[in-house]
Amino acid sequence: MSLTPYIVLSAILFTIGSIGVLTRRNAIVVFMCVELMLNACNLAFVAFAHQHGNLDGQVAAFFVMVVAAAEVVIGLAIIMTIFRTRRSASVDDASLLKF
Amino acid sequence: MSTQLLLTAAADVEHHIPVVAPAEADGAFSLLWLIIALPLLGAAILLLGGKYTDKWGHYLGTALPIGSFVISLVCFINVLGRDEGDRQVAQHLYDWFEVGGLDVGMDLLYDPLSAMFLLLITGVGSLIHVYSIGYMAHDPRRRRFFGYLNLFVAAMLMLVLSENYVGLFLGWEGVGLASYLLIGFWQHKPSAAAAAKKAFVINRVGDMGLGLAIFLMFVTFGTTSFSGVSALSAGASETTLNWIGVLLLVGACGKSAQVPLQAWLLDAMEGPTPVSALIHAATMVTAGVYLITRSNFIFELAPTAQTAVVVVATVTLLWGAILGCAKDDIKKGLAGSTMSQIGYMMLGAGLGVAGYAFAIFHLLTHGFFKANMFLGAGSVMHAMDDDVNMRHYGGLQKLLPVTFLTFAMGYLAIIGFPGFSGFFSKDKIIEVALTENLLVGILATIGAGITGFYMTRMMLLTFFTKKRWEDGVHPHESPAVMTVPLIVLAALSVLGGIMLAGNWIVDFLSPVVGHVEHEDPPLPAIVITIIVVLVVALGAGLAFLLFQKRDVPREAPADVSFAVKAARADLYGDAINDVIVVRPGSELVTALVETDRKVVDGTFMGGSGIVRGIGHGLRHVQTGYVRSYALSVLGGALILVLTLVAVNL
Repeated sequence: MSLTPYIVLSAILFTIGSIGVLTRRNAIVVFMCVELMLNACNLAFVAFAHQHGNLDGQVAAFFVMVVAAAEVVIGLAIIMTIFRTRRSASVDDASLLKF
Repeated sequence: MSTQLLLTAAADVEHHIPVVAPAEADGAFSLLWLIIALPLLGAAILLLGGKYTDKWGHYLGTALPIGSFVISLVCFINVLGRDEGDRQVAQHLYDWFEVGGLDVGMDLLYDPLSAMFLLLITGVGSLIHVYSIGYMAHDPRRRRFFGYLNLFVAAMLMLVLSENYVGLFLGWEGVGLASYLLIGFWQHKPSAAAAAKKAFVINRVGDMGLGLAIFLMFVTFGTTSFSGVSALSAGASETTLNWIGVLLLVGACGKSAQVPLQAWLLDAMEGPTPVSALIHAATMVTAGVYLITRSNFIFELAPTAQTAVVVVATVTLLWGAILGCAKDDIKKGLAGSTMSQIGYMMLGAGLGVAGYAFAIFHLLTHGFFKANMFLGAGSVMHAMDDDVNMRHYGGLQKLLPVTFLTFAMGYLAIIGFPGFSGFFSKDKIIEVALTENLLVGILATIGAGITGFYMTRMMLLTFFTKKRWEDGVHPHESPAVMTVPLIVLAALSVLGGIMLAGNWIVDFLSPVVGHVEHEDPPLPAIVITIIVVLVVALGAGLAFLLFQKRDVPREAPADVSFAVKAARADLYGDAINDVIVVRPGSELVTALVETDRKVVDGTFMGGSGIVRGIGHGLRHVQTGYVRSYALSVLGGALILVLTLVAVNL
């Protein structure tokens, strides 16, 4: 089994995610893009683990999932709160904390 | 033949340098420490006890110095019974400090010199305390006044009893502090506060000299005790000893108000009159003479320093006398006279072994008559509602009979009227001066003439001439608590000369200052005495013609010669200080402030300015847009990864 397609797919997914984070204004979409990047990483972990024949990468993937789950809980809560106070989920609107 | 001549000449010149080698204190001498401790205890109780001691504080403050006087007297009688070689007694109290090679003990030394000083300080000091009970009766801060007086006396006693220069310095500084507190006692008067500050600052200059002298002694001899330095001084180089001598002289100039550090003395008259009496008679200004006399084992080997002492003394004795002639303020007139008389003492001390004993003799008699006259002046001021201007006095001899009579005794003593104490002491100094150096002797004789002039002027303006006071003033004699000390001091002023009977004081002091065979003066002693008396009579007669025969205006005339104007302005002493010290000093400080502001502050402010600028630019990175942060994180990660890849390749 060749490793290359998995890595290429992972890179494409990561790039899409990061471009989404940089270009989209809606907090939910940015959030989803972050998840996409995490999953791209997971894919790479699992592919490499398979290649090396041990479980290290797979365990790491589980950890990423756990962290992602926790992050979702907190992130969504924050987005909910911002939406309640501002009636908008645009990340550019929440820019008060600056010089 | 010629070598032998040289040797005999050298033996003639070389004096025997007395070495301080005290015995252990026993018997009455074990109480030596109490002499200092009693007034110190008084100062502590009165100053720490606060208003609880208001009612009886002045009695306690008077009783304790009297206690010291009694101990001093017992010790004195004790020492008289001992052999001449056995009259130095030391008491070791405790080890004060020990740093490196410097080992300083709290040691006291009782010898004929300190014996004389102890009797003067505690005796005259106690009389001044008694007088102050009456003089300060209406002052709400009388208790504090007595606390300061006790501190003053204790510090002076420490000064004359210490067996090493460090302990002497402790007393020296204590005297400076106490004089500051007392000159500025009426601190609500800006002039008094300024006078106190002036005295303190000028004294600091002198203290610096004494401090440096002590450092130099330690470096040279490795010890600061009198016994150590006196034993080792013969081994040091003359240059070093000259430096030590000159620095000691600087110290003595500050404390004894000798030119060029004389400017504080006349301003010090701002203090209450008993303070002036204490400063001028028993404590403070006599310290310089004590220092020079005590350090005779250095000055005998330092001819240049000795010459400097003589020059300073001669200038001062004329300077003070000239000031005394122009002052209308009775206390300032007396202050000028003190300066002049201290000049005589310094002259005696500067003339070496032949003069030390007479310097101390004059110091003692001066202590009597000057305390007498200052307290008398206080009594006159008491009668005249604190007016000090002699032009407002006149014709007081009937109204203040006791003050007049006692003041007259002091007057006759200071001008050197035959038979009075000052006659013997001043005459001896002039005689020695004429023997050692004709010019100095002649100047000292002229000084005696000027003394006769200004003291007669003071006497006439105050007690004789027509009355010039306002109708509202009712002169009255002072209470007994003030007149009794005056009477005692007047008696001492008359009889003080008795100490010279059979050359007693010279023999008594010889274990400390050495002894030299009497050299014949250029003229027979009796001729010198007659000349001095004639010169004094001339001065007094001139004053009589000027002030008794003519009317004295109530206001000082303004159209006077330059000489009078200069004398009224203290011979421009303040102006000279201003030009030489104050103005260059303040210019230096201004320049330093500018340097600090521009160079030092500039460096720091410039450095911090750069950091500030960078920070100012960088804070714009914080835009508040999450996406731009994300971009920088991504960019950073990319750079990191690419760098790693590049490095690995």
